[in-house]
Amino acid sequence: MKTKYKVLILLLIAALIAIVPLFALKGAEFGGSDDAGSQMVAQITGTDYQPWFTPVMETLIHGELPGEIESLLFCVQTGIGVGIIAFLMGRLVERNKKEKANAVEATLPEKPSIG
Amino acid sequence: MNRRERTIVGLSAALALVLGVTPTVSAMHIMEGYLPVRYCILWGVVSLPFLVAGYFSIKKTLARSRRSMTLLAMSGAFIFVISSLKIPSVTGSCSHMTGTGLGAILFGASAVSILGIIVLLFQAILLAHGGLTTLGANTFSMAIAGPLVSLGLYKLSKKLKINKHVGIFIAAAVGDLFTYCVTSVQLALAYPSAEGGVAASAVKFLSVFAPTQVPLAVVEGILTVVIMMGLETYAKAELNDLGYMQVG
Repeated sequence: MKTKYKVLILLLIAALIAIVPLFALKGAEFGGSDDAGSQMVAQITGTDYQPWFTPVMETLIHGELPGEIESLLFCVQTGIGVGIIAFLMGRLVERNKKEKANAVEATLPEKPSIG
Repeated sequence: MNRRERTIVGLSAALALVLGVTPTVSAMHIMEGYLPVRYCILWGVVSLPFLVAGYFSIKKTLARSRRSMTLLAMSGAFIFVISSLKIPSVTGSCSHMTGTGLGAILFGASAVSILGIIVLLFQAILLAHGGLTTLGANTFSMAIAGPLVSLGLYKLSKKLKINKHVGIFIAAAVGDLFTYCVTSVQLALAYPSAEGGVAASAVKFLSVFAPTQVPLAVVEGILTVVIMMGLETYAKAELNDLGYMQVG
């Protein structure tokens, strides 16, 4: 039971850390990833850097991956991960329940069956 | 050590808040085509022995006990989930976590390199995130260097008899941060500043990545502890097979 509360509190903290910036920094862009690093490279080298290799996907579809599709693929990634974890965790939880039930049965005196 | 670690984390968090006033954008993996060819090859070559070692390490673990597969799959899935979540940070930009700490603690650093490269390939091919040419460098930072630090810290905390969960938290969080330090150094090696050279450039890249990443590292630490608690409750037998339970 204690673990349950600990887990809940920890998850709450994690969620807070993730969400607070969104409200604390209103109007921030929350952009990310690829363009940023390239800007830094440009700043350091002083020139616009031309990547010498374009991502496979962009070559295939002749252009940048549309934002919506990108989030779809990110969701697919999350989904695969969550699916596996949830499936395995569910199996483990069930197994635990069964083991516990078996243990209880084993300790019980077998009164009703002998009769 | 415990208190000192906490002080360090606190200090870096404070520093991050100070530095984080300027909204900068951050990057996670090194972008496709952004490393000169020789560095791509160099990092690929450096990563290779770890991957080979990882393959054999996984094979050995599974040969010893088949049911370790469950936890291995979970560690991999954890990386999948965690590294797909882009989370807003105090700097006004988003970044995502690595999730490699769990696997490192359970299976060792080399095994994680295999799990990590699967995720990196997925993102490089489908998401144009990271890249095939920079795969070696990204594998080294996220799936080798970070997990090595995580594992080292976890072992250290065990030796120092720090509370197991605190140890896991520190290991996962610092491993996550270290991944970004390595990424910064990798970029700096390829793009040294005109004045100050590699070191100055590394500081520049770090100042972009670190503030964003500190809060995320904390989140990653927390999530790793949470899933570990779940496993301790429901997967005792599997953890025993991996030699996790008897120490503690």
